[in-house]
Amino acid sequence: MKQTRFNAHHRRLGAKMVDFFGWDMPVEYKGIIDEHVACRTAAGLFDVSHMGEVHVTGKDALAFIQHVSSNDAARLSPGMIQYSGLMTDKGTYVDDMLIYCLHPEFFLLVVNAANTDKDFAYLTAHEGAYDVVLDNASDRYSQLALQGRQAIPILQPMTEIPLAGMKPFTFAFGKVAGKECLVSRTGYTGEDGFEIYTLDPDPGILWDSLMEKGTPLGMQPVGLGARDTLRLEARLPLYGNDIDDTTTPLEADFKWIVKFKKGDFIGRDVLARQNEEGITRKLVGFELIDRGIARAHYPVFVEGAPAGQVCSGTFAPLLKKSIGTVYLPAAKAAVATEFEILIRDKKARAKVVPSPFYKRDY
Amino acid sequence: MYPQDYKFSKEHEWVKVDGDTAVIGISDYAQNHLGDVVYVDLPAVGTKLTAHQTIGSIESVKAVSEIFSPVSGEVIETNAGLTDAPEKVNQDPHGQGWILKLKMADKGDLNALMNAADYEKYLEGLEH
Repeated sequence: MKQTRFNAHHRRLGAKMVDFFGWDMPVEYKGIIDEHVACRTAAGLFDVSHMGEVHVTGKDALAFIQHVSSNDAARLSPGMIQYSGLMTDKGTYVDDMLIYCLHPEFFLLVVNAANTDKDFAYLTAHEGAYDVVLDNASDRYSQLALQGRQAIPILQPMTEIPLAGMKPFTFAFGKVAGKECLVSRTGYTGEDGFEIYTLDPDPGILWDSLMEKGTPLGMQPVGLGARDTLRLEARLPLYGNDIDDTTTPLEADFKWIVKFKKGDFIGRDVLARQNEEGITRKLVGFELIDRGIARAHYPVFVEGAPAGQVCSGTFAPLLKKSIGTVYLPAAKAAVATEFEILIRDKKARAKVVPSPFYKRDY
Repeated sequence: MYPQDYKFSKEHEWVKVDGDTAVIGISDYAQNHLGDVVYVDLPAVGTKLTAHQTIGSIESVKAVSEIFSPVSGEVIETNAGLTDAPEKVNQDPHGQGWILKLKMADKGDLNALMNAADYEKYLEGLEH
């Protein structure tokens, strides 16, 4: 199994480890609820080194990215980041990703761990006549995420990068705990915070320093278990659950990452047609009315008829409710619409609610 | 670690016998593997259960697992405290986190269960 450079740190903390798409990753340390609440009320530290990183460089770097992705990367200047989708020719997702513009001819794509190889193969297959160099740099990168309202007080003493002035979806280079890093104001929890990337082969001091500074401020290390409950409460999509190569960004309620005016891109014609005709199904957030937890793949019924299955579902530790996401027929997807979910042998009532389920108040 | 006067099943339930009443819960090993328990689906009082039958389910944040009755009998009480505080299953699995009480139909069912020492050996086997 693949290990991140912080593997020994997790084991020393007594984390429960799981096989996450071939990576030996911590699923929880003290417990999912504790970690979730710590991130919401103070801060959480995540090892997300399993994420994939692809360097796209060369004269045609921007043109190539414009060709394979749905958002308009031409709006990026160095230091800016954009959320986007890598598209199939059907207008569905190969993956979702962050695009970092390091230089007009140098972009960093940050993609899902489970999709890294598939994405790299897809990019290579579409390279064609574009004057670009593609480099799957995933194994060279380590990445930590520091999320929560205490992120700046924890991180600022360790770096010369001025953090308070850093805008969301921007980044800067600088030293953190003596190591050269890229620090971005991004995350996957619904909290304010930072993601810290380094190419240093021995980045352990980053974890140690953050733990040392963060622990007195209420920070806890957070495993993949609470990473999932945090992202779902904030209704951030997870590839493989909420979006995949059968769903389009329009259906997934991410119309804002589809920029028809930027020019042609893979899948554009299908998406343009869908946009014109209107979507037939839509990803919505739901809350369970009856007791229980509606988990991924549980069957869904609208007016008694089968209507697909739950995409993501969990118990939301902060809201103390059972929440989830599901694709519903577009005509039945309005807030307050009730439907049913089969939880083992019982049908439980659920209703569409506004989402994100959780929005930070600072 | 595991109470000497309890009996244990291979599915990680425990039984504490008091006359012909069996108090049933899940073991510390089971709660630790489940993680934070957030909901326990309990059967109605009066439900008749046979050994190895599903009693109900226990939901943690990350997973759901079934609870099996280690012995046969009739449900005489369920732990109402778990409705508002399911975390008791994690905090005190062998005490306040008990799940239900059965009036046993056949005390002979207990012979099929392990004592604490055997259960600990059984757990060691699972870790390898």
